[in-house]
Amino acid sequence: MRSVLNITDLSASEIDSLIDVAGAIIDDPAAFSDKCRGKKLATLFFEPSTRTRLSFEAAMYELGGHVIGFSEAQSSSAAKGESVADTAKTVSCYADIIAMRHPKEGAPLVAAKNASVPVINAGDGGHNHPTQTLADLCTIKREKGRFGGLTVGLCGDLQFGRTVHSLISALVRYEGVRFVLISPDELRLPDYVREGILEKNGCPYTETGDLLSVMPELDVLYMTRVQRERFFNEADYVRLKDSYILTPDKLERASADMIVMHPLPRVNEISVQVDDDPRACYFKQVLYGKYMRMALMLMLLGL
Amino acid sequence: MVINSIRDGIVIDHIQAGRSLEVYHLLELDRLKCSVALIMNVQSRKMGRKDIIKIDQEMNVNLDVLGYVDPGITVNYIKDGLRIQKLHLELPEELTDVLFCKNPRCITSTEQELPHIFRLADRERRIYRCVYCETAGKH
Repeated sequence: MRSVLNITDLSASEIDSLIDVAGAIIDDPAAFSDKCRGKKLATLFFEPSTRTRLSFEAAMYELGGHVIGFSEAQSSSAAKGESVADTAKTVSCYADIIAMRHPKEGAPLVAAKNASVPVINAGDGGHNHPTQTLADLCTIKREKGRFGGLTVGLCGDLQFGRTVHSLISALVRYEGVRFVLISPDELRLPDYVREGILEKNGCPYTETGDLLSVMPELDVLYMTRVQRERFFNEADYVRLKDSYILTPDKLERASADMIVMHPLPRVNEISVQVDDDPRACYFKQVLYGKYMRMALMLMLLGL
Repeated sequence: MVINSIRDGIVIDHIQAGRSLEVYHLLELDRLKCSVALIMNVQSRKMGRKDIIKIDQEMNVNLDVLGYVDPGITVNYIKDGLRIQKLHLELPEELTDVLFCKNPRCITSTEQELPHIFRLADRERRIYRCVYCETAGKH
């Protein structure tokens, strides 16, 4: 019985195969519409999320299965003080697979150690968010046709942005990938990612505070939101939240085939005028995310 | 200065000079009912100066703790006045409840019964990271 807590729990060849399955679903959704008949997904969301929870639920429904769960800690036994371990053991009696989001880092690991069904980490604090990374990888592969040799700009909150950390972990495995890390000093990539992943894998990267100057060299620009809930101090949040805003003017400096990605939700870091630009891929990312979650659940359920 | 030999017990040798008190506390030797000798700043051909701890009873020593504090430490088991085993230590792959995660966002900060587990992430720089949140451990 296997869980996916970190994107590195999946090998590069498994990710390639998930992208292939997602492509097969896109080509012929009817062929997959009954694959999970009789199966139940439990969505255990201990903190609010619209996109990820609905994506998991839509994914299971489109596979012909059912969904149970809760969407905030207040409506679960956690409000009464139940441990993550006990919740996981209990839910294992009801569901065939669990998707868990939790504000505390490592909570899905605790769940996976105690559950008797597969657990998918749907985001744990500022730590990991592997299924967002699957959406990101599917988007890059389908829109750029490859991973190798790409220059990937990561912009915004690189310190608390869990999607960024997971994406880096996945992409360092491909030959010739280079990162440009664009953030204010206060929100730079944490040491454990810079040293433990980038440097350990010999992956080239540069750090800068200036988005405009590096724009022409990027194949992919991955924007992130400066998240209010990751700050202890409101004043720091207000000071930094508008640091990097992508506008059509700035995008003029980018190459014609660069793609703009964002894990969403956005606040104001991508101007809505950018949405009409053919390089804007963030809503495609949402769609690809659903297909990748379908592919992942099929894999973990052995279907 | 003369310290009597022990008959049945353990000698923890080659401790870096000045660190025996830390080892004493980490191994919770203050809980033992037998005699424990901390011999500090002893001359050593190999190390210049070193500390030694002699424990006058047989016990299970947490070798992971010792390996973490200093993989150069040796542990000698004594029986009937003779050394029956000498162990050389190495940096352990995993530590349980030796380091404690200080990250307020880690699940261990709210679920108190969870063991604090750290894995060796970088042997050369002796960096351990929390298995739950990957924060580097500090002793």
